[in-house]
Amino acid sequence: MPEWMSIRDTKHKIDNLSAEEVTSSYLDTIEKSSINAFTNINKKAIEDAKYYDKNQSDLPLAGVPISIKDNISTKGIPTTCSSRMLENYIPPFNAHVIEKLYEAGAIIIGKTNMDEFAMGGSTETCCGGTTFNPWDTSRVPGGSSGGSAAALAAGESPISLGSDTGGSVRSPASYCGVVAMKPTYGTISRYGLISYSNSLEQIGPMATCVEDIAHIMDVIAGYDNRDSTSIKRDINYSDAIINDSEGMKIGVPTELISDGINPKVEKIVWDAIHKMEDLGAIWKEVSLPTTKYALPAYYILAMSDASSNLARFDGTRYGLQVEGNNWHVMASKTRAQGFGDEVKRRILLGTYALSAGYHDKYYVKALKVRTLVKNDFDRAFNDVDVLMGPTMADIAFKVGEKIEDPLSIYMTDINNVPVNLAGIPSMSVPCGFADKMPVGLQIIGNTFDESSILRCAYTFEQNTNHHKKRPDGVN
Amino acid sequence: MITEEDVERISWLARIEIDSSKSKEYAEQLNSILDYFQQLEELDTSDIEPTYHVDDLVNVLRSDDIKPSFTQEEALENCENKKDGYFKVPGIM
Repeated sequence: MPEWMSIRDTKHKIDNLSAEEVTSSYLDTIEKSSINAFTNINKKAIEDAKYYDKNQSDLPLAGVPISIKDNISTKGIPTTCSSRMLENYIPPFNAHVIEKLYEAGAIIIGKTNMDEFAMGGSTETCCGGTTFNPWDTSRVPGGSSGGSAAALAAGESPISLGSDTGGSVRSPASYCGVVAMKPTYGTISRYGLISYSNSLEQIGPMATCVEDIAHIMDVIAGYDNRDSTSIKRDINYSDAIINDSEGMKIGVPTELISDGINPKVEKIVWDAIHKMEDLGAIWKEVSLPTTKYALPAYYILAMSDASSNLARFDGTRYGLQVEGNNWHVMASKTRAQGFGDEVKRRILLGTYALSAGYHDKYYVKALKVRTLVKNDFDRAFNDVDVLMGPTMADIAFKVGEKIEDPLSIYMTDINNVPVNLAGIPSMSVPCGFADKMPVGLQIIGNTFDESSILRCAYTFEQNTNHHKKRPDGVN
Repeated sequence: MITEEDVERISWLARIEIDSSKSKEYAEQLNSILDYFQQLEELDTSDIEPTYHVDDLVNVLRSDDIKPSFTQEEALENCENKKDGYFKVPGIM
């Protein structure tokens, strides 16, 4: 039976059996699965695992399988962004994080499904079909890193990497009952991450326990001169794995527990905050008054970035090429056939927002709102160590329920996007169940203060049992 | 307010061919999203500086050293249409 395994459990199993057997049991589970979490499998995974059976190694992830969101470049393994545009694309190079994972001994087992080019919140806009939520396959896993979260929940991968532009690791972690963190902007090199909104996105670790998030961060974070926004900073994340939150100050932003929240989710989140209080933390309500405006500002900026970033898919150097009698017609036809509806909508709106006459009205206005959102957080962090609230206002919705109404899916990101505008770190950690579906607690930290988040999340996890429950058929 | 003519103009700027039978549908969808964006008008931002980037990095430079890069073969291997070691595209003019 598939099972949830931490990095520690996985290494223990490798010692008792072999890296080859552990990897091959994951590949079997993926093969038999019907949740469609993967786009491609690494054909060399078994060969890579055998190396660690032949060669003793004390590398931090020696022989440990990991799945990778399909927008992170993996040399020799197809990287499709779940788009027809890149269906046959095989990167000739590794992303910075992939180099780091190989150096740490990890085995890439495969690439995980996602909303096309990471634009979506349900993992339904994929050229290879929807990923289903392992807790209830009539529901979505969240998104856009839905394949990664579903793979963890279904026991198809012990750890994973996703990316988060406006909640894309936290939304699926919340809906699938696993842990994920979006680090401070600049912490993890974006070199080799196929860009959607370069001013907002970060690669983020995903796992079934908080400690693994810290271990993955220790492997993949750090300066890289191939990403001009990479920051020089030396942090040991595992040092923050402390089961003690005595005296920590928690702010609860009233705007994150808003009118639209499912009352069952609201109660579970308050229970979590009171649990932290029992464990020695102190909390108070705080206000982030600009939160309401963060969502429209976020979408204007993300769409504007997207219209520029996705200009590279023009049928010339890689990806699909459709015939046309001149270059412009070829490019227009290629992009018409290669992109799905949501990607087209975002490129068109981004093009409009940046075009002459509208640039100040939309784009510059959104950048100013971004300043206000950041000021809100700066004010709040004068008084508290972390902020807490629901990751998502509701449990996972049904497959197909929102896909015809793009705005209704945008709205689900409402608690997540302020963090990306401000560039600060945030984590989602399981905190209970409503109608048998997982609920995530969002813990937000100040710039470069992932350590406070990890400490809070670890203390909460170690003193509660929410993370011990599994979907049916998973150990 | 985006008109059907606007959709055609934007789709040309973005180089995404839109079938003219779909221009109306796109105009409606884009307008409903733009309506939602309008609420930003409620905020007075006249004295606020825009935030282009959250970090304080300015002029990130590196030394201009020659480093190993792709061979011509590697650079071309994902291209569907090539000739004599070049990317091949239809005429631009």
